[in-house]
Parts: sequence; structure tokens; C-alpha cells
Amino acid sequence: MTLTVSDLTCVRDGVPVLGGLSFEVQAGTALILRGPNGVGKTTLLRCLAGLQPPLKGTVQGVGEDAAYASHADGVKTSLSVEENLAFWASVYGLAVPEDVYQTFDLTGLRSRSAGTLSAGQKRRLGLARLGVIGRRVLFLDEPTVSLDAFSVKMFAGWIRGHLQAGGIAVIATHIDLGLDAPELDLTPYIAGADADGADEAFL
Amino acid sequence: MIAVLRRDLLLAVRAGGGFGLALVFFLIVVILVPFGVGPNTGVLRQIAPGILWVAALLACLLSLDRIFALDFEDGSLPLLALSPLPLEGVVLAKAAAHWMTTGLPLAVAAPVFGLLLNLSPNGYFWVCVSLLVGTPALSLIGAFGAALTVGIKRGGLLLSLLVLPLYVPVLIFGAQVVQRGADGLSVAVPLGMLAVMSLGSLALMPFAAAAVLRVNLR
Repeated sequence: MTLTVSDLTCVRDGVPVLGGLSFEVQAGTALILRGPNGVGKTTLLRCLAGLQPPLKGTVQGVGEDAAYASHADGVKTSLSVEENLAFWASVYGLAVPEDVYQTFDLTGLRSRSAGTLSAGQKRRLGLARLGVIGRRVLFLDEPTVSLDAFSVKMFAGWIRGHLQAGGIAVIATHIDLGLDAPELDLTPYIAGADADGADEAFL
Repeated sequence: MIAVLRRDLLLAVRAGGGFGLALVFFLIVVILVPFGVGPNTGVLRQIAPGILWVAALLACLLSLDRIFALDFEDGSLPLLALSPLPLEGVVLAKAAAHWMTTGLPLAVAAPVFGLLLNLSPNGYFWVCVSLLVGTPALSLIGAFGAALTVGIKRGGLLLSLLVLPLYVPVLIFGAQVVQRGADGLSVAVPLGMLAVMSLGSLALMPFAAAAVLRVNLR
């Protein structure tokens, strides 16, 4: 399994943001996306995950195996931690693995209502969803926001395990996760005025 | 799909979920009408079918924007869109959950509210039947409207403006069923039309709503 991106142009609200992107991520490896705020990291991840069709180019090798985690956790505050995870597991037709609570340090919070969790705990619950749904290609958008140093290490450990099992991860982050992974700076790929805008056919 | 349905039902009955809101709203509208119209039982009996249906329609409208807006705000909607479940299935499950928490309780409670409006005795049964047959169309058309307005701030008002005109045929035939039933006439034609509208929305709306959701999620 290889994620192959060739000559990709992503759009946000109809405006090309990034252009001419080509890269490959092999099974068992990760790719860290870098770049200043607003460069298009989120747009690229949404495009790779299949939420947003690209203007040009192709994304291959993901198929039905993509999981996406954004700034928003998708956590229902009126459900308990357990109910939240059980919901995602059943949407994917799976059972919640017992060790996921241990991995994401949620053991003591299982029956707590998600609305009473702190920002960091909620984030951990959001990330635990990734451990429940069993997808192999992960597109993570700032996964470590509001996590403390200990939780960041714990999450990096989980990612390492995921990669060892043959998974793929594309991560947009500003901090050092301590993963042995290549970095891709998106700044050179900012789409210029000459990019094939969606309105060109109009002129 | 069952998972989405179960979660939405659970969310509706949990604190702040809004279950019962539609029912209480329905009750209040029905109580207000006699105050406005006056205690003339003859007039009330005549307008009862229409009032019951208009009130049910407004009560249904009350919780429509919650169908997708809450999931959009907390980020679950894009996650659901990427899940193995087709988006059409998500729409159908969510519309079903909406119907079970608004349309179904309304249909069951309507005969009691009919009493408050001095509905003719023959009409009680038909109020119940017409709401049971007609409210699925309200939830399904509403789900389409909710999908259209999902990304818009304060989209609830726009949603009402979009959806209410689409509710007109359902209202006409729904009220006709009750009116004719109360008068002891045959209800076959309006009831058939009502069923057609529910089945038609069941066939079309999940696809339409899923299509606009995909556009809105971009």
C-alpha cells in the first residue's frame, strides 16, 4: 500500500491554494507537513482524505482506508466517553478494542460524560476514535493541539505502533512529535496567480 | 445506519436534546387557538383539522435545523461522510430519528389535542392516521432543507423559509383527510396522496440531501 500524490492542485472555496504537489508515502512511514498558518495544510489534508475533490491531479492508494482527524473532535458532549467510542466503532462495524482506553489514557474517564472533560481529555477521546475505527491511512490535522507533553509522547508512541503495523500517516503539525519521518514544507507549492483557477474556462 | 439512528435518539432524550419540545410547542399552539378564536365550539370544530395540521407542521419545523447543524459544529459530519456508511444512509437515519422524536409523538398525542379544539368524534382516528402517514414527508423534506443550510450561521430562519412552501401539499392533503374523516366522508383520495408524498420523499430526499451535503462539506 502506497499513497501516491501526483501534480495535485487543491482548492479552498474555489480558489487554488496549493499547486503542483507530488509525493509518495510508503506503507509503514509517515509524512510531516510544515508551513506557516494559512498555507493550506488543512486544505491539503481534506483533499487527500477525499472530502474535497482536487482541481487537478490524483491521489491514489487511499481508497476506503482513509481516516481524517481535524481541529474538531466530533465528540458528542452529552454522551459518555464509552458511548462516543462505541458509536464510532459500530458505524465502522467493529467492536471497541479494550486496550484503546489504556493507550489513550482514558481508563478513569470511561463513564464520564464527554461534556465534563477538559480540552486535552476531549482531544484524547477524539484521537482514540482513530484507534477504534481501524483505518490504516491517517490524515491528521494538528493532532496534538491542547495535549500536554505526556499525552503528546503517548500519542507519538501510538502513531509509531500504527506505522509498524504497516499504516500510513500524513500529519500537519507545528511541534516535534519525535517521529523519524520526512518533512514536507508546503511554502514552495503555494498556488500563484497562474494556477488553473476554477473560473478560467469562464474567460 | 442503526448506529446513527440509535445515537440520534439517545442524543434527543439526553439533557438539552429537545425531545418533547415539539410536543409541548404543539400543545401550546393548540391551547392558544381557542383563546384567539373565542369559545364558539362550532367555529372551533370547523377549523380544528386545519389548526391541528398547521400546529404539527410548525412543531416539526422547530427541531429541523438540529438534524445536521449540531454534527456540523462538532465536526462529526465530515467524519461520518468518510465512514463506510453512505451519506444517503446517514441522511435517512437522521430523518428517521427526527421523525421518531417529533412526528411519531405528535401523531400519538394529536387525538388528545383534538379534544381541546372540539374536534368531531369521527375525526380523532383520522388525525392520528393522517399524521402518521404525513409526518415522514415533513421530516424527509426537512432533512433536505437542513442539509442545504448546514454551513450557514443562523440558518434556522432561512431553513423555515425554504421548507415551509414545500410543506404546503402535505398540509393540504393532511388537513383534508381529517376534515373528510370528521365529516364521515371517504378519505381514500387525500390519504392516498399523502402516502404518495411520504413515499416520494422517502425515495428522493435522501439522495438530494446527501448531494447537497457533499457540496456543503467541501
